[in-house]
Amino acid sequence: MISQLPITTTADMTEFFQLLLSGMATGSIYALAALGFTLLWQASGTINFAQGEFVMLPAFMMLIGMNHGLNLAMSFALSCLMSILVLGWAFKRGLVDPLFKFGMMPIVVATIGLSIAMRNGVRGGYSSSPQPFPNLFPDTLFHIGEVTVSATDIGTFVLALLLVLVTQMFLSKTITGRAMQAVAQNTESASVLGIDVPKMIFYTFAINALLACAAALLVTPTYLAKFDMGASLGTKAFFAAIIGGFNNTRGALLGGLIVGVSENLASSYVSAEYKDAVALIVFMIVILFKPQGLLGTKEERKV
Amino acid sequence: MSNNFLNRLYQISLLVGLVLLFVLPGQMKSHGIYLFTYWLIYVLAAMGLNLTVGYAGQKSLGHAAFLGIGAYTVTLFMKAGLSFWLGLPVAALICFFMGLVLGFPALRVQAIYLAFATLGFNTAIWLVMRNEEWLTGGTFGINNVPRPELFGYSLSGNLNYYYLVLGITIIMSLLLLGILRSPWGKAFTALRDNPIRAESLGIDIKGYTLLSFAIGAAYAGVAGALLACLVQFVDPAPFNVENSIMMYLMVVVGGPGYFLGPLLGAAVGVILPEWLRFAQAWYLFIFGTMVVLLMIWLPDGLLSLPDLIRDKKRAKLAAEQRLNASTKVQAQENKA
Repeated sequence: MISQLPITTTADMTEFFQLLLSGMATGSIYALAALGFTLLWQASGTINFAQGEFVMLPAFMMLIGMNHGLNLAMSFALSCLMSILVLGWAFKRGLVDPLFKFGMMPIVVATIGLSIAMRNGVRGGYSSSPQPFPNLFPDTLFHIGEVTVSATDIGTFVLALLLVLVTQMFLSKTITGRAMQAVAQNTESASVLGIDVPKMIFYTFAINALLACAAALLVTPTYLAKFDMGASLGTKAFFAAIIGGFNNTRGALLGGLIVGVSENLASSYVSAEYKDAVALIVFMIVILFKPQGLLGTKEERKV
Repeated sequence: MSNNFLNRLYQISLLVGLVLLFVLPGQMKSHGIYLFTYWLIYVLAAMGLNLTVGYAGQKSLGHAAFLGIGAYTVTLFMKAGLSFWLGLPVAALICFFMGLVLGFPALRVQAIYLAFATLGFNTAIWLVMRNEEWLTGGTFGINNVPRPELFGYSLSGNLNYYYLVLGITIIMSLLLLGILRSPWGKAFTALRDNPIRAESLGIDIKGYTLLSFAIGAAYAGVAGALLACLVQFVDPAPFNVENSIMMYLMVVVGGPGYFLGPLLGAAVGVILPEWLRFAQAWYLFIFGTMVVLLMIWLPDGLLSLPDLIRDKKRAKLAAEQRLNASTKVQAQENKA
C-alpha cells in the first residue's frame, strides 16, 4: 500500500518563491532602518524610538518638494540634505548630546516623546489622511519560469541591499569608516589615537538620516505617506536589529530579511490576522536563547 | 525650619486635594464627572505601572494589555449575568498571573530589550482582542456593558459611579502605600538601584521582579474593569501599544518612584488631551515636545522639582558654610 504523501506541486513551489521574493523586498527595507538603528547604538549608545518617524518625515519632505514643482530626484536630494540637518545634526545636538550623560533610558523616553511630536506635527501641519507617492519603478511584471515578480519588489530589494552593502564597505574600507568603527568600539582609545570623536559620531547620525531618507523613498509608494506609517516600521526595525545582533552591522541585514520573509510566509500559510505577531515570536525566541542576537557577540555586565 | 514648612504645605495640599476630590464633582456637569472618573481610572493604572517602572525599575511597555484583560474579563462576566463584584477580583487575579508570565522575560533581559519584549506582548494580546471575534466581538467590540450595583444600590448614575471609583482608588492607593512601606517596598527599590548588590544582600531578585510585574498588572486589571463599566463599551482600540507608551510617559512625566506622580502624570496624559480634543494633534505635538524638554531639564519628572530645589538650596548653604569656615580659619591664621 502506498501511503498518501503530501505532494509538493510546482504551483506550491511557485507561490512559495513569490512570497519569498516579496518578503525579501520588505525585509530589505526593514534592514535599512535596522542598520541605522544599529549604527546609532554602536556610536553613541542611542536607542532611537523615533526611527520609524525618521522614515516618515523625509517622505513628507519629498511630498512637499514635489508639491512645489520639483521632480522626484530633486526633492529626494533636497530631502537628503534636510534630513542630515534635522534628523542628523539637530537631533544629535538638541536631544542626544544633552541627555548622553544620564544613560540610556532618558534618551529612550525623549525619543518616544519626539516620535509623538513628529507624528502629530505632521498630522496637524500636513494631513491626517494617507497621501499617494510616486513609484520609483515601473509597473511591469517579470516572469522567471512560473514565478511572477514585480519590478518594484526586485528594484526595492536590489537598491536596499546595495545601500546596506555600500554602507558596510564604507565602514570597513575607508579611513573615515574605520575611524567611526573605532569610536564605536572604544571611544576613549579612539580619542587618544587622535580621532575627532564628535565628528565621527556626527557622521553616524548623518548616515542614519540618509538611510532613513532612502528607506522613505523605497517604502512610501506601497505604504502611502501617512503620519503614523513609522509606528510599525520602527518596531520591526528594532526587532530586526535585535534578531540579527545589536552590535553587528551585518546582523541588521540578516534580521531584516528574516523578519520580512517570515512575516510574508506566515501571513499566507498561517494566518493573515496574526501577521504582526511573527516578528515578535522570532524576537522572543532569539532573546530567550541568544540575547546578543544571531550574529552578535556577548557584552559583559558591570556591577 | 523650611523643610518643616514644606512638609506642612505638602500635608495641607494633600488634604485639600482629597476634600476637592469628594466635593468638586458634585458641582460639575456630567461630562466633567465623566472626565474625573476617567482620570482616576488612569491614576489607578499608572500607580500599578509606577510600582513596576518607578519603584522596581522594570521597563514595561505592555501595561495597556492588562487594562484590556481587566476590561474584557469584567465585561464577559457581566454579559454572562454574573456580578461585577465577582468579575473584579477575577480580573485582578488573571492580570496578576499574566503579569507573572510577562515578568519571566525580565529575568533574562533588561532595559530596552525588556521594553520591546513587553511591547511585543502587548501587540500579541491586542491581536487576540481584535481577531477572536467569538470572544471579544472583534473590532466591533461589546456594547451596553452595565454599571455595577453595590448592596442592591444602583451605581449607574455618573456621580454614584464616580464615588465608587474614588473609593476603590483610595483603597488601592493605601494598599500600595502599605506595600511600599513594608520590606517588600524596600526590596523593590533595591532591585531598581542595584540588582546585583540586592542579590548579594540576600534579596530574591527573581521573585521580586516577577512580583513587581504581577502587582502592577493587577492594578491595571482593576482599572480596566472600572474603565469598561465607565465607558459601557469595550473594543480593542484603547488597549494598543500606543496607550501603553502613553501610560509609561504618564509615570515618567509625573515622576517615577514618586507616590503621587501618577496623579499628575494621568492629568497631563488623559485630562488635558480629552479637554483639548478639538486640537488633539497639536496637543500631542506639544505633549511630545514637552516630554523631550522634561527629559533634558528634569529627567526625574515633575514631582522631582521640589527635591531639586531643596538639593540646590542645601548645596548653596553648604558652600556658604565652607566659605565662612575658610575665612574664619584664614582670619585666625592672620591673627597668629
